[in-house]
Amino acid sequence: MWKYLIKRFLLMFPTLLGVALLTFVLIRVIPGDVVELRYSGDRGSVSQEVIDKERARIGLDQPLWKQFATWIIGVAHLDFGESMWTGAPIWQEIRLRFALSLQVALMATVVAVLLAIPLGVLAALKQDTWVDYAIRIFSIAGLATPSFWLGIVFILFLLVVFHWLPPMVYTPFWANPLENLKQLIWPALAVGYRYSAVATRMTRSAMLEVLREDYIRTARAKGLVQRLILSRHALKNAMLPVLTVVAVEFAFLIGGLVVTEQVFNLNGLGLLFVQAVAHRDYTLIQALVMIVAGCFIVANFLMDVGYAWIDPRIRYR
Amino acid sequence: MAVARVPVQVPEAVEPAPPSTLSRWLSAAREFARARPLGAFGGAVIVIMFTVALAAPLIAPYDPEAVDFAAMLARPSLSHWLGTDSFGRDVLSRLIFGSRTALMVGFGSSVLGATLGAILGVASAYFGGRIDLYLQRVMDVFLSFPLIILALALVAIVGNSIPNLIIAIMVPMIPRSALVIRSSALAIREMPFVDAARAAGFRHARIVLRHMLPNVMAPYLIMLTAFLGQAVLAEASLSFLGLGVQEPTAAWGLMLRGAAVEFAETAPWMAIFPGLAISLSVFAFNLFGDSLRDALDPRLRTQ
Amino acid sequence: MRRPLACAFGAVLITLLVPPLGVLVATLPAAAQDQPRSGGELVFVVPSEPPAYDAHQEETFGLIHPTAPHYNTLLRVDPTDKTGTKPVGDLAESWTVSKDGLTYTFKLHKGVKFHDGSEMTSKDVKASYDKIIKPPAGIKSLRKDMYDAVTSVEAPDPNTVVFKLKWPETSFLLAVASPWNWIYKADILAKDPHWYETHVMGTGPFKFVEHVKGSHWVGKKNPDYWDKGKPYLDGYRAIFISASAAQVAAIRGERAMIQFRSFSPPERDQLVQALGNKIAVQESPWDCLNFVSMHHEKKPFADKRVRRALSLALDRYEASKALSKITLVKDVGGIQVPGTPYATPPAELEKLAGYGHDIAKNRAEAKRLLKEAGVPEGFSFVFKNRGIPHPYEPLGIWLISQWKQIGLNVRQEFIEASAYHPMLKRGDFDVAMDFQCGFIVEPDLDLARFVSTSDANYGKHKDTVIDDLYSRQARTTDIEERKKLIREFEKRLLDDEAHVIYTLQWHRIIPHLAKVHGWTITPSHYLNNQLDTVWLSE
Repeated sequence: MWKYLIKRFLLMFPTLLGVALLTFVLIRVIPGDVVELRYSGDRGSVSQEVIDKERARIGLDQPLWKQFATWIIGVAHLDFGESMWTGAPIWQEIRLRFALSLQVALMATVVAVLLAIPLGVLAALKQDTWVDYAIRIFSIAGLATPSFWLGIVFILFLLVVFHWLPPMVYTPFWANPLENLKQLIWPALAVGYRYSAVATRMTRSAMLEVLREDYIRTARAKGLVQRLILSRHALKNAMLPVLTVVAVEFAFLIGGLVVTEQVFNLNGLGLLFVQAVAHRDYTLIQALVMIVAGCFIVANFLMDVGYAWIDPRIRYR
Repeated sequence: MAVARVPVQVPEAVEPAPPSTLSRWLSAAREFARARPLGAFGGAVIVIMFTVALAAPLIAPYDPEAVDFAAMLARPSLSHWLGTDSFGRDVLSRLIFGSRTALMVGFGSSVLGATLGAILGVASAYFGGRIDLYLQRVMDVFLSFPLIILALALVAIVGNSIPNLIIAIMVPMIPRSALVIRSSALAIREMPFVDAARAAGFRHARIVLRHMLPNVMAPYLIMLTAFLGQAVLAEASLSFLGLGVQEPTAAWGLMLRGAAVEFAETAPWMAIFPGLAISLSVFAFNLFGDSLRDALDPRLRTQ
Repeated sequence: MRRPLACAFGAVLITLLVPPLGVLVATLPAAAQDQPRSGGELVFVVPSEPPAYDAHQEETFGLIHPTAPHYNTLLRVDPTDKTGTKPVGDLAESWTVSKDGLTYTFKLHKGVKFHDGSEMTSKDVKASYDKIIKPPAGIKSLRKDMYDAVTSVEAPDPNTVVFKLKWPETSFLLAVASPWNWIYKADILAKDPHWYETHVMGTGPFKFVEHVKGSHWVGKKNPDYWDKGKPYLDGYRAIFISASAAQVAAIRGERAMIQFRSFSPPERDQLVQALGNKIAVQESPWDCLNFVSMHHEKKPFADKRVRRALSLALDRYEASKALSKITLVKDVGGIQVPGTPYATPPAELEKLAGYGHDIAKNRAEAKRLLKEAGVPEGFSFVFKNRGIPHPYEPLGIWLISQWKQIGLNVRQEFIEASAYHPMLKRGDFDVAMDFQCGFIVEPDLDLARFVSTSDANYGKHKDTVIDDLYSRQARTTDIEERKKLIREFEKRLLDDEAHVIYTLQWHRIIPHLAKVHGWTITPSHYLNNQLDTVWLSE
């Protein structure tokens, strides 16, 4: 098993490099230029000479391969450079927002798993009864509502019914846990509810398949208690695709909650992403993608570890 | 004692005429509806959506883009069943024409995304080894981009016409589908009958088509229906951010943007109906897909 | 027996005195209410965040709103004047102008201290203006062309600054009152001219506390402020919120008190309905306007008949009534903000093409012009618009529906905001939406872009008459003469040649918690942000 895991670990790096390359190329294909955008507002324009000087200062006049090389070497030293829009070090820009997004993602995943696993198992056990129907309707409703709609309704509900608004400014968890949770519990619930939907259905479907397997029938015939069968055999094997879904979606949650962040006014990575794209702030976009990709790839790796532990067949490929 | 060999005329059993394809489908549908009412409901909604989309110019009472300042923000009434928006445009007509956009974008991107992903996932699982490795890496690279971000970048590059929107939403779906299908296909790959088939000398294509494909049908269908919903929601989110379909085209996501939110308390009909339309259609796609999977399951098992 | 008389006397006294006393007592609390109260923290919302801190090199209101309170300018626009056109002294105590209009002498307040304790003198003003007018290498100055007339800035003694001009400029005082011309410390500029891009240190009513990126900006009262008694506030907190729904929620939930840019009409209605008399609303015409730019080198828009037709098709008055309910426009205006000194009175405005009240006649004329110019019925073109919800999108929808009335089939194409400007610069359009926003209401500023040689002349019109009118009005010192010239400019721009098509004047709506006092709305969202006059009543 160790050889397998080491192999998976080493594979993370070419993937990261691939991501870096793809991002680098992709954003430079988008028309628009950060310097022009910065200085092109209300009154018209700045002289071309100023624009050229700025571009040189940021490093945009270098040949592309050189820009890429400089950047990648920096990344290897964990130095992401400076934002092209503000000139401040990238880490400074990202630090707080990353903490917030990570926390929301974790909380939402916990909510999602807490909802999905019991509901999915229950729905599978009681297939085609009204319990099953109710659970499926409940979980699909979460999937069907547009996220921004849910968010706006949440806020309106809190305002109109309770005359209360969540805090608008982020307090880190270690500074003031209560204030922090007062702000972040709502988006975590909204997002978690939506993500539980897919996980619930996956759990249900996987449980259904496994319950029909021969070895389950054998275990039943042998007279093992239902619960024991469930936990040891069914759940373990049902978890494979469910684990996939949760891992995939978790990384998505880190940078993808663009609309939710707007609605709940969260100072997170999703919003930063959108702003960075709007500003054509190449260094910031690259850094953000690397971070999100990094999270995803690490999550993937952990999932592989999980796979290997759960299903011995896979270990020996 | 000898049994008298008396020739007995046994009337020939008459075979009933084979059921026509149509009646076979109809009875299957009826069976489906009886056994799975939720799925039948979902299916019915989908059929209605298609009909509405196709017949839009015939059934819509007004031109969806006709501005009428005299009737701005009118409540639902006999002349405007669902009210009007901030330009006096009839909400019902915009809703009806919006179904076209939703179906085009929704179906286009999800079918393409799920199918291409499934092909890649199965190929990856089946061939294994280096092919699997490389495909996985490429998929991983694309997966690292959240759906919205990739769609955003693609829209910024190619522009936001409907075909480009389909591409923008489809691309992030491919690796997601590939990953899930691959994990299911992997499980099948390990099963004895695949090795047996290989030992017997069957061609790759035959094994894939006859054995692996049917067994990944279930997760494929679930992915497809999940994508259908996600695609409709992605269009809505992109429109909300200003990157989706553009005014004055009628599209559900676009109808939820800006003015609908501002008038949420004074003219709620502007936002309620498109929101309901989106939710209902995503709901229907998912219910139908779920039940379809359940229905196909026993048949898959017996192959 | 004097008692009844005493009683009667007493009764008369009381009857005579109580009413006036009563009135006095009743008005006392009101009078006390008008007296600024010290204390409290102002919390406001800012829709966008500043990328860097040097106002000479930036032009986003996202910098002005949270950072202007830390600085002073030499002159400023009178914060109590609703038209936003009167220059008053900030750091300047008084000034004189020479008879020929070529020398401006400013006397500075004494005892003004920077936040680091050092004294502010004329050399700081000179250094700041030198940076603005003649920026050192590597430093940008985005508005330096406003000071082309200035030959030198001198500091003959620590309390006097002298500006010498090449030619007399009527708008010069307002140019000095620009909200961007923060006065920096000369010693710092000498050591490192980039310092102010990343640091905040001025003479203003509030000292810098912190800026948490993506979150908020905090300032606290400057106890040694030179304007004794001010500021009234203990401090302020600016919260960065980009989504407008969230901004409205913040004010509605009373977590924020005001937003200094603008809200849309339905958002205002929402707040008024929810908060009743806890909300006060201030409204004003805005010094911003969307106009349609037609590319003069592309057919058929090179033909001025076609351009006139496009303007004649628009029913501006109907739109004013209807669109003012849903988006940030209201008044039908010419080239100057209605209500300001150089604005055209409505009776004269009506005479311009497209501003008449008889829309049927206008549209018939438009159709005739199109036919004459050889444009077929059902002619189709692409109208490019910026992907911003207010008021670009509604205006776009309106324009298309109006042009349909004269038989034109227009397709709207939205360009993402970031890609919009490059598109205009490349000239990659037939007809596009453009905008003109001024930070102070001054014809020199508002009309500069229509000069043929301006970089911002994206429609590429070439008109020497307009260029001449512009430079003449900039140098005329006689107000009435200047008004006449501006009128002629307007007629040439919008009517005779129809180089561009003005839509409707933007409308600024600021609903704020009623406990915020001392802030007066002006037509510019870049003005009146020093917060020294603001106080809270509870």
